[in-house]
Amino acid sequence: MQFGIFTVGDVTTDPTDGTTPTEAERIKAMVTIALKAEEVGLDVFATGEHHNPPFVPSSPTTMLGYIAARTDRLILSTSTTLITTNDPVKIAEDYAMLQHLADGRVDLMMGRGNTGPVYPWFGQDIRNGINLAIENYALVHRLWREDVVDWEGNFRTPLQGFTSTPRPLDGVPPFVWHGSIRSPEIAEQAAYYGDGFFANNIFWPKEHFARLIELYRTRFAYYGHGTPDQAIVGLGGQVFMRKNSQDAVREFRPYFDKAPVYGNGPSLEDFTEQTPLTVGSPQEVIDKTLTFRDSFGDYQRQLFLMDHAGLPLKTVLEQLDILGEEVVPVLRKEFAARRKEGVAEAPTHAARVAARNSTLVA
Amino acid sequence: MTVIAVVSAGLSQPSSTRLLADRLAEAAGRHLESTPEPTEIRVIELRGLAVDIANNLVTGFPSPALKEALDTVATADGVIAVTPIFTASYSGLFKSFFDVLDNTALQGAPVLIAATGGTARHSLALEHALRPMFTYLRAVVVPTAVYAASEDWGATSGDGLAARIDRAAGELAALVSRVPAKPRAAEQLIPFEQQLAALRPFTTG
Repeated sequence: MQFGIFTVGDVTTDPTDGTTPTEAERIKAMVTIALKAEEVGLDVFATGEHHNPPFVPSSPTTMLGYIAARTDRLILSTSTTLITTNDPVKIAEDYAMLQHLADGRVDLMMGRGNTGPVYPWFGQDIRNGINLAIENYALVHRLWREDVVDWEGNFRTPLQGFTSTPRPLDGVPPFVWHGSIRSPEIAEQAAYYGDGFFANNIFWPKEHFARLIELYRTRFAYYGHGTPDQAIVGLGGQVFMRKNSQDAVREFRPYFDKAPVYGNGPSLEDFTEQTPLTVGSPQEVIDKTLTFRDSFGDYQRQLFLMDHAGLPLKTVLEQLDILGEEVVPVLRKEFAARRKEGVAEAPTHAARVAARNSTLVA
Repeated sequence: MTVIAVVSAGLSQPSSTRLLADRLAEAAGRHLESTPEPTEIRVIELRGLAVDIANNLVTGFPSPALKEALDTVATADGVIAVTPIFTASYSGLFKSFFDVLDNTALQGAPVLIAATGGTARHSLALEHALRPMFTYLRAVVVPTAVYAASEDWGATSGDGLAARIDRAAGELAALVSRVPAKPRAAEQLIPFEQQLAALRPFTTG
């Protein structure tokens, strides 16, 4: 099982002192956070992709390439890559390039994006959202698997005898997750390809995500990729920890109350009860995270949202220390002890190359 | 079991909106007495859910209590929706509840609309605000909408409030006993091959 963090990349004013980081500070902070993730023993760093303020990460492969050069083990990923508005040819090329630079430590998560105005900025129409996601990904999938592609679709110019370069590292494309907050269509798409399914799991009650994941597992088996237990599931989560539970609540509350997305809404107490958010001691985070397995089955990747709502970098780094030192080691052990027989391993490039080689031999 | 969900957006306690809702529910129950299925009336007071509704607007998901109310409405065989008229239209709380309800939840559902107000001058709000809203939700709204102004509570005969309540409830009962039982809008999954095939360009090469 892999543990890591995912970031939205928002520039948010710290509600406790009114300071707002500059874009430069925020971008460098994201890099510092990624390096810290490797230092404390986490497996994955994933960045969002956004094209409007107050978000900074418009160019994920630039950022991930820089982080790749400064890390050795960390898997670099996205949360999410906009499959609707990016040119699928450029996605295929950019992430294959990154894969080579990072020695295979790359996967990515496809998402549609939920900001309507972004579509026309990139020459697209939001009314085609689902169809763009389907057609564009079908093309990326082929470009990584076929050396020469003839292709014609509805949303970009045709390709004749096109070769996407560089070819994927070792001839094995980056692993792909499909991220979803609410669409069953995306669970179905992930199942069809035998790709991973990532349930954001942050804002909604678990019953909602349990239904989506159940659908994905059933359809994964229907399409012949393995048993429902062998489907590749990732989950989001969000935590804030201090040694004492009360200190965590006291410190996080002003950030929660003003947080983008859910701020000025329900109380911290209601939100922690109804969603996966945990604010408390490391042990409380461990206990809550272990319950995800009860709701969703054995899964392969757990990502935590740690740097948002205007939390200062110093605090985020402290949080990562606690996560890496006190929480994740216990979770690794406990999840491993509970794991059912025959559950899929978390995807890595090395494992995928080995799997490909074994099918070639057979 | 025939379930009638009664949504009341009255704010005062006791409220004339709830009073009207109860009388409509009682009348609907009476009209359904002759049907083989027993009738259950489930009343949802939006006042108690006001904060949860606002939170749902902010977070995008309902609290457990609100979820239960939304599910009650979505699975009911008929709905009686009653709002006070505020500023020439339905109250914001009433509208917000239906804003957070899934927009397919009322497809084909029989709905009786009713409203209360200080004067009869706003009675057409039922026709220009409530009826189009439920039409958008593809509900089947009964022809008689019931408006009760303060003065109506004193009227006794003729085409008074009691007669309108009875007529509207009868229309709702007739629809409820005719419409096939739930589920109305089961979640449909389009297999991926089908979605992919639908996108293939007509010409190739």
